[in-house]
Amino acid sequence: MPSPRYRREMPQRYRLEAGKCKGCGKIFFPPRLICNKCGSEDFEQVVLPENGKIVTFTIIRVAPAQFEAEVPYAIAIVELENGVRITTQVVDCDTEKLEIGNEVKLVFRKVQEEGKTGIILYGYKAVLA
Amino acid sequence: MVGIIGYGSYIPKFRIKAEQIAHQWGKDAVAIKRGLMLQEKSVPGLDEDTITISVAAAKKALKRCNIDPQEIGALYIGSESHPYAVKPSGTVVGEALGIVPDFHTADLEFACKAGSEGMFIAQALVKAGEVKYAMAIGADTSQGAPADALEFSASAGGSAFIFGEENILAELLFTHSYTTDTPDFWRREGAFYPHHGGRFTGEPAYFKHVQGAAKAILKKSGYKPFDFKYAIFHMPNGKFPLTVGKKLGFTDEQMKPGWVVNLMGNTYSGSSPTGLSATLDVAKPGDLIFMVSFGSGAGSDAFIFKATGKITDVQNKAEKVREMLADDPIYLDYGQYAKFREKIIMNE
Repeated sequence: MPSPRYRREMPQRYRLEAGKCKGCGKIFFPPRLICNKCGSEDFEQVVLPENGKIVTFTIIRVAPAQFEAEVPYAIAIVELENGVRITTQVVDCDTEKLEIGNEVKLVFRKVQEEGKTGIILYGYKAVLA
Repeated sequence: MVGIIGYGSYIPKFRIKAEQIAHQWGKDAVAIKRGLMLQEKSVPGLDEDTITISVAAAKKALKRCNIDPQEIGALYIGSESHPYAVKPSGTVVGEALGIVPDFHTADLEFACKAGSEGMFIAQALVKAGEVKYAMAIGADTSQGAPADALEFSASAGGSAFIFGEENILAELLFTHSYTTDTPDFWRREGAFYPHHGGRFTGEPAYFKHVQGAAKAILKKSGYKPFDFKYAIFHMPNGKFPLTVGKKLGFTDEQMKPGWVVNLMGNTYSGSSPTGLSATLDVAKPGDLIFMVSFGSGAGSDAFIFKATGKITDVQNKAEKVREMLADDPIYLDYGQYAKFREKIIMNE
């Protein structure tokens, strides 16, 4: 990921900052400029809750090159306490024991490195709560 | 009055037992466990480093005090395993915690006492009135060379402390720092593993500096060892802190609550700070707490804290150190450990 884009996305990747439509209340993560429900362009910044439940997940066994060391790993759709759903990796667990409905919390982790000499990209992942 | 207003620790979920390391290198696990008094140590996940550990510990510290992160005017991170050689860990941690942009930050390094260095500076800035709140973090993902004695102890974890002048949990009564040029342990620029002076790391290094700082702060404060409810000494292994404590006149009962090394290993910059954190988890109002760090090279920072009436209000607001140590760890074999610690040369 290019450094400018990584920098731009830090508020959501680092601090789970989302956009809440002032017109209809719909929360967008990542934030959007226009609400697809009511068309409003007026948003307020909200921080997503860190706790949620696994809605569904899959186990990655053949990964892209930069994630090969981590296989097998789980990618899940997590529904947070306020109903917002996010896609995230689930770590620090035995993937074979993972179940839909597991309670998780979001933590700050290293997501990938741009090689051994490039920048380190951080963001959120889930662990079992 | 300056003191700790929030504290928190983080220990990774992964562990390796001393038997696994001993078996790999044909060493006597029973003798090592008896000699070093280490059962197992924490291992960072593939996606964990000093920055992620710092953020996790700091979030717990923030949970224990109800402050706006934007009011934190200074952030210091002590570690010997900062992920970047050039680019401060404090920038990422400050961004993740929402402290940016109006704050001062610096990465510190002083072997195992970089965390207490941060505490020393943070409290001084608050005391001087330069900042309202200051955060100090000691965190490491330390590396011991394969087959070296350090491999049994070098582990991962960290602790964070927020200093302020209101709603204090533990008042900081006295400090003292004791430093000399002692080449007992070092890592040159670009070297992956550190070197140490074997037995030279004992008497002329650890024991001289810990005792030097401890005796000086006892003299400065007028307190005697029996005045303290708890005492924490840097934990390079299980034996050194208990030995130096006894030499100074402290008892096992005073030291055991903060003696977490047997289950956690030596988290370097996070070692004595995590011992302090584990002690704050159980302290009662009025308890006096004695802490001495040690960093090779070499030096020690000594602190005397007094728990206030607010300590028991916040202890359960975040996960405690002993709870993390007992929370269903994931045990690794040596092969997995070597992969996690990037000891295996991979094809690019």
